[in-house]
Amino acid sequence: MTSTLTPPRTTARPARGGFGRLLHAEWTKFRTVRGWVWSAVGAVLIICLVGLLATAAGNESDPDGGSALPVGPGGEAVNDSFYFVHQKLRGDGSITVSVSSLAGAVTTDPDDSGSGLAPWAKAGVIVKDGLDQGSSYAAMMVTGSHGVRMQYDYTHDRAGMTGAASREAPRWLRLQRTGDTLTGYQSADGAKWTEVGHADLSGLSATPEVGLFVTSPSVEEETGTGTGFAPAVATGTFDRVTLGGRWTGGSWRNDQVGRDAGTSASYSQDAKGGATPSGDGFAVTGAGDIAPVVGGPATSGVRTIENFLVGTFAGLIIMVVVGAGCVTVEYRRGMIGLTLAASPRRGRVLVAKGLVVGSVALAVGVVSAAVMVPFGGRRSEANGFPVLTVPTATELRVIVGTGLLLAAASVFALAVGALLRRSAVAVTMVVVGMVLPYLLATASVLPDGASQWLLRVTPAAGFAIQQSIERYDQVVTVYAPSSGYFPLAPWAGLAVLGAYAAVSFAAAVVLLRRRDA
Amino acid sequence: MEKTIDGSDARIEVRGVHKHFGSNQALDGMTFDVRPGQITGFVGPNGAGKSTTMRVILGLDRPDRGTALVGGRRYQDLRTPLTHIGALLDAAAVQPSRTARHHLLWLAHSQGLGAGRVDEVIRKVGLQDVARRKAGGFSLGMRQRLGIAVALLGDPPVVMLDEPFNGLDPEGFRWMRGFLASLAGQGRAVLVSSHLMSELQDSADHVVVVGRGKVVADMSVRELLASVSRGRVTLRTSALARAMTVLASSGATVSSTGSDTISVTELPAENVVSLLSRHAVPFSEISEHRASLEEAYMELTRDAVRYRGVVPEEAGR
Repeated sequence: MTSTLTPPRTTARPARGGFGRLLHAEWTKFRTVRGWVWSAVGAVLIICLVGLLATAAGNESDPDGGSALPVGPGGEAVNDSFYFVHQKLRGDGSITVSVSSLAGAVTTDPDDSGSGLAPWAKAGVIVKDGLDQGSSYAAMMVTGSHGVRMQYDYTHDRAGMTGAASREAPRWLRLQRTGDTLTGYQSADGAKWTEVGHADLSGLSATPEVGLFVTSPSVEEETGTGTGFAPAVATGTFDRVTLGGRWTGGSWRNDQVGRDAGTSASYSQDAKGGATPSGDGFAVTGAGDIAPVVGGPATSGVRTIENFLVGTFAGLIIMVVVGAGCVTVEYRRGMIGLTLAASPRRGRVLVAKGLVVGSVALAVGVVSAAVMVPFGGRRSEANGFPVLTVPTATELRVIVGTGLLLAAASVFALAVGALLRRSAVAVTMVVVGMVLPYLLATASVLPDGASQWLLRVTPAAGFAIQQSIERYDQVVTVYAPSSGYFPLAPWAGLAVLGAYAAVSFAAAVVLLRRRDA
Repeated sequence: MEKTIDGSDARIEVRGVHKHFGSNQALDGMTFDVRPGQITGFVGPNGAGKSTTMRVILGLDRPDRGTALVGGRRYQDLRTPLTHIGALLDAAAVQPSRTARHHLLWLAHSQGLGAGRVDEVIRKVGLQDVARRKAGGFSLGMRQRLGIAVALLGDPPVVMLDEPFNGLDPEGFRWMRGFLASLAGQGRAVLVSSHLMSELQDSADHVVVVGRGKVVADMSVRELLASVSRGRVTLRTSALARAMTVLASSGATVSSTGSDTISVTELPAENVVSLLSRHAVPFSEISEHRASLEEAYMELTRDAVRYRGVVPEEAGR
């Protein structure tokens, strides 16, 4: 022993080193409890297992329906099925037509079909890169009840004049190619033209297919059990087909683009696609759609990548138990005193814990989603279900988002655990507040209004980050939680969960600092 | 190889600490020092505020008033606190599913220490055979050793142990006593609490006796004994009246405790014998009774309780 007095040592140390030690300690704590490590592994397994079980069934009604859906220029799955009267035309030019009627027939049951026109039945002119499904195009069209539209490359839709086409009030449509630019014009009389819009289709073939098309998606109908969709066909009457510019007419050919009517429509026994010349035009009948594929009942027999991730909620419950447990166990065992004696800066202790638990949950989510998204897709196609492919960026967002969803939920649980200091209560609160609303809202237990409301204001909003399917105004389906559509955009939904986690975490830090340990 | 202990680091200073829980005034101006190179016993009945004081020293409980400094610094200003003070507050504070070694390992990592130091302290407390077993299966004695290992992990100049003798078998008891002595011998400041003075009387150099949240005695063990042990001599005699007169006239306090027994205080036994012999007073039996530390402690804390009992009345006036 020395009794010499030394000058007081300075307390200044690099702050980062201090937090690094804390992080190291919390990580050691986590990895040395076998139950937690196995829980994380178990969470991955259960997410995959539930996903596999939920998508195990083979497609019995259409065993070879597993052919992949066409993919549009933007990387999204599309329907590209229509009846096409066309010819190949080189260079710049224009096509002009007058549409004098668009009528539809709906098959409400196998033996009966009545008149009825889908709101988004389409008849018009189109310039398309080729006959392959999913190829680039621009089109001017008359629709069932949305007036004149210019649409191109599946996801783009621009409105023209309103009102239906009739013999008394035909709609004149024109598409003009100048280089890669396609410009759409409309007219009520064939004399006075206005531009509806233009599309830049870079890389459009020098000799695209140009012509007339008709297509019709299924028609939404209310049944006793909810919203159903009945197959429909549409017939459009085209007059005064005129080619202009350097385009000079050859012979017209008739083709059905797509093997059948696609996922959003179908031909019935007595309604087939076809075209008959009439005067200086054609009457063309077709079914299908030229539009992105959406979820819900409009698209039967199609799997989306979120179908492979339905087990996420089970893995999430496990990570919630781990998150709450890793702080409440310290209170139950009196270890919190030791932890805070070793690291007196209490806010940092909670931050380190949150980082460790959150990172583990993030890894659990990313790993299981990275396995299930491609694996579930291949398996579904092998079982006869087409998969709604989405752009790679969307796929990455769903995979990383699944990790962030689990991370936010586990940190939320940790914060609630630190506030309440009781594991059972904390886990119950988070599960009832987050998982229950999600299950109720997505399993069509509640009316749509209530589901939408729950998925806006509860932490369950975070599940929106897993939604891969898009909402399109020009495609009709049931845009409701029960068909995979969340009321909030993906990142906005995750932000709601993040806000819950952040507010409870801040409260937990304040309380931990203030309270005697 | 232990580091050299710096005397200025090896001390605890507790100054005027008040702490209440609800209506219960747990600490009421607790003030004392723990000095290097000796074992300071921290004694008082259950509920006297020993554990609360230790929790305040470790920054776990926030005092209403007053300060507690470790090596001259507030606990929350210590960046690697376990290298300044090692404490054992609750031997049961382990996660049952974690092994003893891993329990020490996370603590080591929190202080920037490595696994090597963990294995060192495991050997030091004799847990090497069970270090890789889950702490949940440990006996109380094994947990106490694990708690001591935690306290020693940072090789701190101050060691503070709450009731370390609890649940120890005689072998463990002997080991603990030797261990504490060696820590003090290395120049460390050692604070050991107990609700039984008997556990401390052979090991502590200094005692801080507390009752009802404040210090009632703060002195070396020798001083404590001297202050309260007025040697009491019991005498059996057939000449009771004469003996009392003789002894009383020489300044002793005398009282008769039976028809032929007298109790004498404030006069050592040898003086009683020589006095009685000089005056030819017959006696058949004499015994001297030295006050034990335990009795001294009982007396002190009884006073504290009595004193405290008056306060509410005064406050009520």
